[in-house]
Amino acid sequence: MYTFGIDIGSTSSKAVILKDGVELTAHVVVPLGTGTVGPRHARERVFEISGLKPEDIRYTIVTGYGRMNCDYADNQISELSCHARGIHYLLPTVNTIIDIGGQDAKALQISDSGQLLAFQMNDKCAAGTGRFLDVMARVLNVDINELGPLSEKAEHPVSISNTCTVFAESEVISQLSSNIPIEDIAAGIHNSVAKRVAGMALRLGRASTVAMSGGVALNVGVVHAMEREMGCPVLVHPLCQSAGAIGAAILAWEKFTSGEGQLK
Amino acid sequence: MSENVTSQDKNVTASPDNAAAPAPKPKRPQPKSMIMLGEQTKTLFENARLAKECGEKVGWSASIFPQEIAETLGLNILYPENHAAGIAARHQADPFLQECEGPLGYSNDMCAYAKVNLAYASVLNGESSVTLPDGGKMVKPDFLLLTNNICNQLTKWYENLARQMNIPIFFIDTCYNPSDYVTETRVRYVRAQIDQLIVDLCSFTGKTWDEARFKQVMNISQRNSSLWERANDLMEYKPAPLSGFELFNYMSCMVCNRGKESSTAILQQLNDEIEEHIKNGTSTFPVEEQYRVSWDGIACWPYLSHNLRTLKKYGINMVASSYGKAWAIEYEDLDGMARAYCFASTNGDNATTMIARRMEALKKFDCEGTIYHVNRSCKVMDCQMMEVQRQISAKTGIPFTSFDGDQADYRNYSEAQFETRIQGLVEVMKQNKEARANG
Repeated sequence: MYTFGIDIGSTSSKAVILKDGVELTAHVVVPLGTGTVGPRHARERVFEISGLKPEDIRYTIVTGYGRMNCDYADNQISELSCHARGIHYLLPTVNTIIDIGGQDAKALQISDSGQLLAFQMNDKCAAGTGRFLDVMARVLNVDINELGPLSEKAEHPVSISNTCTVFAESEVISQLSSNIPIEDIAAGIHNSVAKRVAGMALRLGRASTVAMSGGVALNVGVVHAMEREMGCPVLVHPLCQSAGAIGAAILAWEKFTSGEGQLK
Repeated sequence: MSENVTSQDKNVTASPDNAAAPAPKPKRPQPKSMIMLGEQTKTLFENARLAKECGEKVGWSASIFPQEIAETLGLNILYPENHAAGIAARHQADPFLQECEGPLGYSNDMCAYAKVNLAYASVLNGESSVTLPDGGKMVKPDFLLLTNNICNQLTKWYENLARQMNIPIFFIDTCYNPSDYVTETRVRYVRAQIDQLIVDLCSFTGKTWDEARFKQVMNISQRNSSLWERANDLMEYKPAPLSGFELFNYMSCMVCNRGKESSTAILQQLNDEIEEHIKNGTSTFPVEEQYRVSWDGIACWPYLSHNLRTLKKYGINMVASSYGKAWAIEYEDLDGMARAYCFASTNGDNATTMIARRMEALKKFDCEGTIYHVNRSCKVMDCQMMEVQRQISAKTGIPFTSFDGDQADYRNYSEAQFETRIQGLVEVMKQNKEARANG
């Protein structure tokens, strides 16, 4: 029995097909989010990879920022619960999850069975989110995927003190004009994100096993900065970006098998 | 504390950010108590206008100022915080915020009630040309009544009003109270100020203090406080007889009119309507009450209807609020008044007292979660809120979420972020409910 989970984020779309609630049949990440062709492409592509058809799916759950605008899903669930279940599937020992998405950052505390116990989310603005990193990569004129490896070469990371994305952008431009090495600036940017998000995560209490979820978890510079701020190792699974969609597909299987009503 | 703006009214005027919103649904009939409340508010403003026309002195007052003093003297008083909340709830705040931060030169970081009111006052003073959406019913004051128990920024806000309009401030310093009790020296300090304030106010307005009238007003005020507390307490029934946000509408009875018999009639009618709902097992909450939560912080007036719609979507009724209960203050005479105002409200309470009150409410109303409004306008409340969250969550295990908003500045809120947080809270509350059901 197949279930479908789709995570329509603000900057990317992730789709997953799961067999019997445990076997990952296919997964896709498309770097275009809600309001674009991204969600449709992600869905089409994941069916193409799996060789399945939409009618083979018994239950679909949509999550993410664009979850309210999906007309074919059987149910929608917040990305909080979906990331909790997805990371528990990928890394079962984890009890604290840090998910940095395109426009928000979250810290989740989960139970041994992957249920969401408590959460904190970013406040006020884009500081500490994936969008913040996108803006900074553009200012540094590097590909967003290069930002992590670049920062690993830093010798003297600078301090980026502004929490406002626009002011931090000015700060980075000022550092560039002072001929500060780009690697040191990249590391400073990552430290800035990590300080802000770790502060939020620590409000949930001191964590024992921590993982990062979402696309920003693929940035090795942010992960290392987060480890320093959290004072513990931070686990990252190669499928971290699809964790929300995986969680959605697991919850779809649970809802279908438990006979819970369809609540579009 | 809105001047009885119903959640239905809030849908009527399109805000700048929801101009494309669908047409409002037909209004459901208002309960009698709401109609009476509307009349009371109309009368409050009308009486102030008539008094002004007759050459009597009219005042503006901070929201937690002992209203009975002005009531005893027969003075007409209007309430800037209450008025600004009404402006914000009707989505009319934008030109005032722009005027305040622009030509008037105030900081964006200030309290949005202050920003709205300072700009409004500037229009009354002939210094600004913003169109007043209510035609200027908040008439220009001749004096100000002020305490520093609810907000420290009020002191500077009123100081500026006083300078701008060249009018006096009658002020009571209620002191910060670091203890769980009030010392007699503090009571004497506040009482002495009240005595002097009465003398000064009589001298300024030409009114005379009548002890017998004061006792009469105090009796009314006590009765109103008790009725208000009872209306709040009746929310403990399941399902709660009202949609919790509706109680916010009646706060003007306590903020602006607590010494008036018209408030007694309204609050008695409200209690009767609530009891009728309890008797019939009905509620004004329009869907099945699946979850009961408490609300911490001032209402997010510009988005009250969005807050309510979202909570309703998930079957959440807000049955307890630290906000409304702040006006259920008990005192019988001037000494009692001095003692009570040493202990009310945000600025006068220490964290231990606040946490204890909230824990008591969570238990009494059987709340399954708490929603904290992180209000950009109110730094004092934000300062305590994180620690209050941490301690209450640790002691009770009751989940919570917080959202960013503002009591009057519509620019500090995201509808999508609010819903994600509420949905996350629901998912945790649902698990807890299922776990309890499964033993």
